Amino acid sequence: MDKVPISKIGQTLFVSIQIDLQDDTAIRLQEDLADELAATGARGVIIDITAVEIVDSFIGRMLSTVGSVSRLFDAETVIVGMRPAVAITLTELGLSLSGVRTALNAEKGLEILNGKS
Amino acid sequence: MEVDGTNERMAAFLRDNHDKIAGRWCDLIVAGVRGRTSREEVRRELDDLYALVIRVLSRADEHAGGELTAALDELSRSRARDGFSPTETALGVFSLKEAVYELVVDAADLVPEFLAFSRMIDDLGLRTFEEYSAAREQIISDQATAMLELSTPVVRLWAGIIAVPLVGTLDSARTQLVMEKLLDTLVATGADHAVIDITGVPTVDTEVAQHLLKTVSAARLLGADCTISGIRPQVAQTIVSLGIEFGDIATKATLADALGLALSQAGLKVVPA
Repeated sequence: MDKVPISKIGQTLFVSIQIDLQDDTAIRLQEDLADELAATGARGVIIDITAVEIVDSFIGRMLSTVGSVSRLFDAETVIVGMRPAVAITLTELGLSLSGVRTALNAEKGLEILNGKS
Repeated sequence: MEVDGTNERMAAFLRDNHDKIAGRWCDLIVAGVRGRTSREEVRRELDDLYALVIRVLSRADEHAGGELTAALDELSRSRARDGFSPTETALGVFSLKEAVYELVVDAADLVPEFLAFSRMIDDLGLRTFEEYSAAREQIISDQATAMLELSTPVVRLWAGIIAVPLVGTLDSARTQLVMEKLLDTLVATGADHAVIDITGVPTVDTEVAQHLLKTVSAARLLGADCTISGIRPQVAQTIVSLGIEFGDIATKATLADALGLALSQAGLKVVPA
């Protein structure tokens, strides 16, 4: 099974998704993130989806859930690098990703997290 | 078309009176188009057609029919593009009948031939009309596409602030285009503020509002703040009476106000020099 690596940079967990997510990979990522947040006490999560071309409602909901879970660890989630086509798809699916912040790129995402602390 | 030899006689008649008929035909058309094309030009077009009509009538070869319709189609299309009315275009064909009629009147023995000939001209005239309207349809759809392209500019107001001034009625196709263009520009320029200005949108109904909301939430997913500006008093009344909720989307009366908001969110301030 594919695994999405999670790297810790300072107080931030950085996840770059570079494969087309299958449902089981997504669930595993969600669990890994929760474990990592508990273990490291990180204050922020950045999920880079620049390379993701297709999302379905499941992945959309997973992103939302990650946001809610991180909030329980007092960490903020920022989704960065969403492609226009993906944004349109999510909107059409009626998912507005409440509970997570969004930014154009990883740099702006980091600014958001650093501005918070 | 009839096969009983009447066509050959008509062809012979047309051939014998070539100069008279073609000249008269030309006169009728030139009078009809009121000087928008020169006589020489009309004459050149007509000579081709005339020769083709004779070839069709005399059944010289089987390609003549195809060539005649192709020539007529081409003529009708160019007339449609040059802005001639359908009547003027169809008259171009029908006046051949009139030109011939004026001569046949004196020769009573050609009446059955003339009737068959007249039917053929009617068919050709209808074909002209059909081709004319097809060409017009094409022009209209080309223009619609061009307008769609023209009508959705995305402009940069400031570093990191872009705006989409919308003018005209919004429908699904257009909103889709606006949305795509706005999102692409956001990604390409790295701007994190977008202003959608709807000063030029005459009416906002539930569908249009829905489209606007979708555009704003898609922009938010990319990480950009989106403001809607230029809501006119009447439009505001409509929105309220339709019960449309803009939720937490920032709306401003003018584009200037929206720019001010975007600037302050970006931590910028405009001061007198």
